[in-house]
Amino acid sequence: MGSKTKASVVAVNGNLVTAAFEGVVIQGEVAFVVSGGLHLKSEVIRVEKNHAVVQVYEETRGVRVGDAVEFSGELLSISLGPGLLGQVFDGLGNPLPAIAKEYGYFLPRGVSISSLDDERPWDFTPVAKPGDEVSGGSVLGTVPENMVTHKIFVPFGMRGGYKVKSLVDKGSVTAKDAIAELEDDNGGVFEIFPRFEWPVRVPIKAYEQRLMPDEPLVTQIRIVDSFFPVAKGGSFCIPGPFGAGKTVLQQATARFADVDIVIIAACGERAGEVVETLLEFPRITDSRTGRSLMERTIIICNTSSMPVAARESSVYTAVTLAEYYRQMGLAVLLLADSTSRWAQAMREISGRLEEIPGEEAFPAYLESRIAGFYERAGRVRLYDGQIGSVTIGGTVSPAGGTFEEPVTQATLKVVGAFHGLSRGRSDARRYPAIAPLESWSNYTGILAPEKIAFARKLLRQGSAVEQMMKVVGEEGTAMDDYLAYLKAEFLDGVYLQQDAFDSVDGATSQQRQVKVFDFLLNILKTDFVFSDKAAALKFFHKLRSVFVDWNYTPQDSPRFEETAAKIEQRRLEFAAKEESS
Amino acid sequence: MRKVYGRIDDILGDVVTVRALDVAYEDLAQVTTRYGVSLAQVIRIEGNKVSLQVFAGTRGVSTGDEVRFLGRPMQVAFSDDLLGRVFDGKGVARDFGPPIVAEMIEVAGPSVNPAKRVMPSRMIRTGIPMIDLFNSLVESQKLPIFSVAGEPYNQLMARIALQAEVDVIVFGGMGLKYDEYLYFKNTLEESGAMGHSVFFVHTAADPTLETLLVPDLALAVAERFALDGRRVLVLLTDMTNFANALKEIAITMEQVPSNRGYPGDLYTRLAQRYEKAVDFSDAGSITILSVTTMPGDDVTHPVPDNTGYITEGQFYLKNGRIEPFGSLSRLKQLVNEKTRDDHRALMGNMIQLYASSRETKEKKAMGFALNSFDERLIKYGALFEARMMDLDVNISLEKALDLGWEILAQCFEPEEVSLRSKLVEKYWPKD
Repeated sequence: MGSKTKASVVAVNGNLVTAAFEGVVIQGEVAFVVSGGLHLKSEVIRVEKNHAVVQVYEETRGVRVGDAVEFSGELLSISLGPGLLGQVFDGLGNPLPAIAKEYGYFLPRGVSISSLDDERPWDFTPVAKPGDEVSGGSVLGTVPENMVTHKIFVPFGMRGGYKVKSLVDKGSVTAKDAIAELEDDNGGVFEIFPRFEWPVRVPIKAYEQRLMPDEPLVTQIRIVDSFFPVAKGGSFCIPGPFGAGKTVLQQATARFADVDIVIIAACGERAGEVVETLLEFPRITDSRTGRSLMERTIIICNTSSMPVAARESSVYTAVTLAEYYRQMGLAVLLLADSTSRWAQAMREISGRLEEIPGEEAFPAYLESRIAGFYERAGRVRLYDGQIGSVTIGGTVSPAGGTFEEPVTQATLKVVGAFHGLSRGRSDARRYPAIAPLESWSNYTGILAPEKIAFARKLLRQGSAVEQMMKVVGEEGTAMDDYLAYLKAEFLDGVYLQQDAFDSVDGATSQQRQVKVFDFLLNILKTDFVFSDKAAALKFFHKLRSVFVDWNYTPQDSPRFEETAAKIEQRRLEFAAKEESS
Repeated sequence: MRKVYGRIDDILGDVVTVRALDVAYEDLAQVTTRYGVSLAQVIRIEGNKVSLQVFAGTRGVSTGDEVRFLGRPMQVAFSDDLLGRVFDGKGVARDFGPPIVAEMIEVAGPSVNPAKRVMPSRMIRTGIPMIDLFNSLVESQKLPIFSVAGEPYNQLMARIALQAEVDVIVFGGMGLKYDEYLYFKNTLEESGAMGHSVFFVHTAADPTLETLLVPDLALAVAERFALDGRRVLVLLTDMTNFANALKEIAITMEQVPSNRGYPGDLYTRLAQRYEKAVDFSDAGSITILSVTTMPGDDVTHPVPDNTGYITEGQFYLKNGRIEPFGSLSRLKQLVNEKTRDDHRALMGNMIQLYASSRETKEKKAMGFALNSFDERLIKYGALFEARMMDLDVNISLEKALDLGWEILAQCFEPEEVSLRSKLVEKYWPKD
């Protein structure tokens, strides 16, 4: 349904096109620049008198003054409905495999393909019945989609109360088949389809209540779950310089996190990384469901060479999909890599608009946009009493690797956990390179707080001793301090560090973490007696090597208990007498 | 339909503005002055005011000079006849050879659909242990050499190019000194590689803006070779000169600078080039090896900083050696599982020990007493530098792995290195 507004191009500056128009233009509506027979999708971002400035989601090469501009009258939206899981979309919701099938190796301009396959049949089971009172977000029926029960909703945008007039019986439907008729108080009748459109920049609020995010989200990464936990419905950020392991960490999280759906927003990053996920996930079995990992995953992919305006909107497309599946009572994890590229896209557009720049040329509204995005995370009670959650984890790629830059600072204000990656740790190959002293989390994790407090105190103490030793040397350090340092190094080496590429060590279950941490704590709390520092160093080296072996041992293998016994035996050898009796 | 306009309104830096109608964004034009003809490209249109960047610079351009629009964006000739030839930053032959009559292809074309990429899986062997063992280079990877001026980065790049088994080498030189260009040309000629190489060379003596076209020309040609099923290695040196030319234009166009004068879209501009590295499903591949010089050895400078976020790692060249800290190959995990079962473990472990050895060296320098483990760490560090890091070392990966175990055994007891007992039993030298 296009509007009747007539417009034509009067200026081109990068991906910004100015059009002179006659008629009505809506801020944020989708427009098309018609150039060389192509319809280039764009969005109105500024209106000045009879000029509308649109940001074009494609390269603007070849656009001329006088080219027509058509307005759609609709905000930038994505189609919601069954069939989104396992898909790979670009930043605007076009499925990339379908584009590849049609157009080959390259991404052509001016192409738009629906995010949903309208031909695919679904096995519909009605939930509501004629006469029921419903409103936007009410469930009319369900269809099975991979491992989830996909609910068919009254579109979230339908305000007010309606009565179900008719509903189709159990049977096969497609996304574009009408499944129900609703009637409002004035006798108006509305057809309802499994698919409907939702504007991506508007949060979905069809729920009863927002809840505290107080249930831990287990990622199976030890330093995260034990030390800097994430909660379902919470948010966290991973800032780090390049090469510190952000991507490996995110990929591990996408694989092992205890959630129903994972949405990966590859925003302005390398295409190669998306391909890795794309090709690997279908081959990996999800231990929770026994099905392929890809079936619970959606990838929104706007890599760094793809048009920059679409990069800006891709995070909104991703979070809209996350909210949609949350509405089904599912735990959804959205991983955005990297939010800095999204911020840079805003900066590029703001620069072309000649807005007055803030710090490092980022626009003044950077903070509020970042806050608005992370605030779409949350745990909610839905109308039917079920609980759903969207957890958002964003990486930040700070310029120059320093956290004192606008994007990191704006992000830290709004997230609930901070996993800061350190160049020093990654240079020393201590992965994951989350800095144990600087990072923090406001959420409750899987271990008792006093146990973590003890371990963190030891880490701080160890680091202080290490600094001191650089000044006074090892011989000038008291034995007690030296032991604290060795214990801290030991804790770091066997627990904080984890080999993401090992099939066993790569993921540590909650139950194993609890068990191993208690075991470790017992070692750390032991008073050891050594003849000299060399003996102490040797002891911890040996113990560490056995412990690392233990980390690589599956829990159901007989060697697991054997190794534990071996470690305990070594501990007792050097423990002070009153301990061991 | 060629349109000619004879009135230049503004000349600002290397940008001229003319009044013209029906001009398409990014189209090319020719500016004819009494000193010659220069290529120009449309970079902004406002009503009938068209701004063009003039690649040869605007010195000598008169307000009365003629601007002729070509009605097409930048193109480059493509055919197998390109092999063995040398072109300048405009794509014009600079080797006095015959002009190329061939199909014209678009430069800076659309990006590859991620769904048509495959996972890189073939290692490129270089004979350099710091690369093969610690940061393996992988076909279709994009990897810069970070370095300060004066380091042998061009030599390193040439050496990797010659040892790599590829079908085509496309060389893009930006702001090169003439002797550097001759060095590459002679090296490739002597080794017989020139016959499957194409050169796009912009030297420091050429107009600055012509730098901007070099990566696009080189990558457009590389892309076509790759689509024909060939394995292409693209060499780009020095990308910092490319970034500086972008900065120049951005400032002329009064764009708000983001960091040290560089435009806010530096990341996007670099990424659009580097992302041309690809392994096509059922066609060839493009591997990009580039040089990024870091002013003042500062990795937080906007050019290396933005590059690092785009590329799949970097080789950090310092004091004539590839530094293990700061160097990284993100794709190594895709290949080093299949090489030998000790590759990954040894790689991580030797670097951890080398890090400790450096710390101990500092401790020694400050005059602290060393324990026996410290002494051995220092011995290890010296051996590691001499036998692994030295760029003259040229051995196969397998030999380098054996050498690694040998160095460890010379310095440590097996339990002092935290390697899995299974590997220690298998590889630790017995005598």
